Amino acid sequence: MSHRLRWRKFVSHFMLTMTGLCALVAVAVLFFILGYLVYHGGTSVSWDFFTKLPAPVGETGGGMANAIIGSAKLLLLATLLGVPIGFFGAIYLAEFSGGTIAFVVRYAADLLNGVPSIVIGIFAYSLVVLPFKHFSTLAGGFALGLMMIPITLRSTEEFLRAVPRALREGAMALGASRWKTIASVVVPAAYRGILTAILLAFARVAGETAPLLFTALGNRFWSPGWNQPTASLPVMIFTYAIAPYDDWHRQAWAAGLVLLGLILIINIVARVILSRGVAVPRT
Amino acid sequence: MATTTTTVPSAGPITGSRSFLSRLRDGDEIARLVTFIFAGSVVLITLLLVFELWRESYLPRHKFGLGFFVTSVWDPIFDKFGALPFIYGTVVTAGVALLIAVPLGIGAAIFLAELAPARISDTLQFFIDLLAAVPSVIYGLLGVFVVIPVMRQYIQPGLKSSLGFLPFFQGPAYGVGFLTAGIVLAIMVIPYIISVSREVLISVPRDQREAALALGSTRWESTWKVVLPFARTGIMGSIFLALARALGETMAVTMVIGNTPTISASLFSPGYSIAAVIANEFTEATGDLYLQSLIELGLVLFLLTFLLNGMARLLIVVTSQRGSGMGQA
Repeated sequence: MSHRLRWRKFVSHFMLTMTGLCALVAVAVLFFILGYLVYHGGTSVSWDFFTKLPAPVGETGGGMANAIIGSAKLLLLATLLGVPIGFFGAIYLAEFSGGTIAFVVRYAADLLNGVPSIVIGIFAYSLVVLPFKHFSTLAGGFALGLMMIPITLRSTEEFLRAVPRALREGAMALGASRWKTIASVVVPAAYRGILTAILLAFARVAGETAPLLFTALGNRFWSPGWNQPTASLPVMIFTYAIAPYDDWHRQAWAAGLVLLGLILIINIVARVILSRGVAVPRT
Repeated sequence: MATTTTTVPSAGPITGSRSFLSRLRDGDEIARLVTFIFAGSVVLITLLLVFELWRESYLPRHKFGLGFFVTSVWDPIFDKFGALPFIYGTVVTAGVALLIAVPLGIGAAIFLAELAPARISDTLQFFIDLLAAVPSVIYGLLGVFVVIPVMRQYIQPGLKSSLGFLPFFQGPAYGVGFLTAGIVLAIMVIPYIISVSREVLISVPRDQREAALALGSTRWESTWKVVLPFARTGIMGSIFLALARALGETMAVTMVIGNTPTISASLFSPGYSIAAVIANEFTEATGDLYLQSLIELGLVLFLLTFLLNGMARLLIVVTSQRGSGMGQA
């Protein structure tokens, strides 16, 4: 083996090992984050955390019950806004339209998907907070719902499109109308994919903080109804992490663990649903 | 991630030849109209967003004009607003993030696409997808309690003693600042670079690799001189995508950048970014001019990410089409 060839082989092995290291580093970051959160948050998650209101400033103890309920309400509103628009919009794109309108809708959705979340917050502020003159659950839910629309829309459309054309033609040959075909054949055939899309969109907005800062604001007490400022887990993590109290830091870790656990579980469930049984052959 | 993949062009709408009346009777026209309203509302919302940002930033646009972008005074008391320190901070942190994330991300993507067996590659990609799902406030939390102390005690003093002659690594080590924000951002955007680059690399036709290997090149030479150039545009796309993410990222940056509007060559210096100043000052903004200046910053951020995302999508589509097209030929 010539000297030069040996050198080239060495370079090849070296660089390829380096790429392996890069991949290892990237994946290690995930496990570091998980491990660190479990280590610090695990000791702080307690019954109180789920059932009590935040303690007054300066006192230790208390929990984030209001933030958990607040997040749930925000996410409920977001789902009610984002999922119908995304789902029915996707049906229009995949089943009823070709051509220009579909292009415009897709373009708008991709644009909306790329908008930084803080800008979505500004939009929700000027559209909901200003007219109502209130920071509110409503405004926060609106902001999160906006973020769900493009994610649900684009992936639902893809899963609908992956349903084989033969299924549609079969249903129509039996005399079903278009909407009946869609409702009883196409959507059921793609339901795993659609469910996955919705779950992933949900998980994505569940951790969003920036759009809530000046829409839902924050609250150290219960927020009755929908027209009051409300606490939410992500915003609580932010305020508690940058506050100077050790007990707040402890609770920020606990909240971080709960939030990340929830998001990762939804992600894993979504992927399991999709991989179980290939309901939708990908052309 | 799903939104960046290309559409499957298999089943288009079936064009009906029945009369309008029969379609109306079957409910098809009603279904079409209802779904059209939902789809149209997406366009409407997006247009409204642009319109609102434009309308709500009227005052500073007229008072400061283009001077808004080159002035560095940010003084709410005297109603003077210049965006330069924020633009500087945003660009510098995103630049640092890319310097770290691009080599790491592309390296990992090469491993996943070229070397790892399919099973391992898919498993690792699954973890990478989970990493992309971690919310930014969690990165911020770890940034505050892990990255900042490590930077202050080890990395910044280390850089100062070894590379301190460079203007980038001077000044006191606060822990917070451009460098810290850049590192946290890098960790956040790596998953995006990996996922997109991996797909682009996988779509490079097999013949390309085999031809290079048959000509006697080593595994690395075929990757570096043949596969990567082939996938170049798509990888550029993934980088633009990551850049757009890094520019618009709010929470993690707000928590570690130091929140001081400064322009300094030193990466150790605390700074401020566009998204961070909006996050911190929006609720406290007194007076219309102050609030609208923040909204104009939001408009700037929107336009930047709009351009970058558009370019990214174009590049990715171009490469994947070229890749699959030549694979079939």
